[in-house]
Amino acid sequence: MSRARFIPLIVFALLVGAVAWRLAVPRDDRVPSKLEGQKLPAFALPPAIAGKPGLASADLAKGAPRLVNIFASWCVPCVAEAPVLLDLARRGVKIDAIAIRDKPEDVAAFLAQHGDPFARIGSDDRSQVQIALGSSGVPESFVIDGQGVIRAQHIGPIMPGDIAGILEAIEDAK
Amino acid sequence: MKRVLFLFLLVAAPLHADSDLPPSRWANQQLPDPRQEAAATALMQEIRCLVCQGQSIADSDAELAGDMRALVRERIARGERPEAVRGWLVERYGAWISYRPPVEPLSWPLWAAPIALLLAGAWLLRGRFRRRP
Repeated sequence: MSRARFIPLIVFALLVGAVAWRLAVPRDDRVPSKLEGQKLPAFALPPAIAGKPGLASADLAKGAPRLVNIFASWCVPCVAEAPVLLDLARRGVKIDAIAIRDKPEDVAAFLAQHGDPFARIGSDDRSQVQIALGSSGVPESFVIDGQGVIRAQHIGPIMPGDIAGILEAIEDAK
Repeated sequence: MKRVLFLFLLVAAPLHADSDLPPSRWANQQLPDPRQEAAATALMQEIRCLVCQGQSIADSDAELAGDMRALVRERIARGERPEAVRGWLVERYGAWISYRPPVEPLSWPLWAAPIALLLAGAWLLRGRFRRRP
């Protein structure tokens, strides 16, 4: 019986331990797409701005790997990501984009202000292609190989520290 | 100073990370067929919101949740079965997206927990039911 009285204390210590562990190691609440390694779902999006073509899944299976950036003019971290995308484009990465829930004039203003590294921009004004890709927010980026297979996903803004990883993923997709 | 700060607060426009576009048509509008709407609602209550994780898409005000409600309603209106729509979402986001966990080795402890807790309770209570001399 004398040992049994320590049981509540042990239970309490376990509880404190569990809470302390979660405070020290925060939960990773990113939701990765399960489509990595699979063929891109078929889609065809209209142009997001005048003078630049829209984006269809067929444009992403033309023999060379491409980066597809999911962004929006109303997305704050996308502003932080913009110079890094320009840098990637300068290093020869072919980048297309999907603009989520956006107006043509807002996309044009965003690109005029923050630079335009995109070859094509599709307009997904009801997030339906975003959901079909298994993407859960903006910004996100997908590396698509020349056969239209999703090879890698980057969740959140691509920061300068991520450039090496993206270039490697593009190289791997060749 | 405090009063000035308070005035600033009043005129400050909140920085919101939402788009300017209106919600999808079927995000907040019921389907005309009540049976389809009931099926869609039942499914929406079991699909997790990607933005406000922990809420269902039926409860969440996030734009993405609205677009997911529209997706569910449109697919059900086209005659797709709710389980097919759930499967389509699970294919993309994993079993995480559904509030109905699949029965698989990883989730066996979850399904066994109620039985284990009942047995543990019976064991704790066994002394109370013993006949006293």
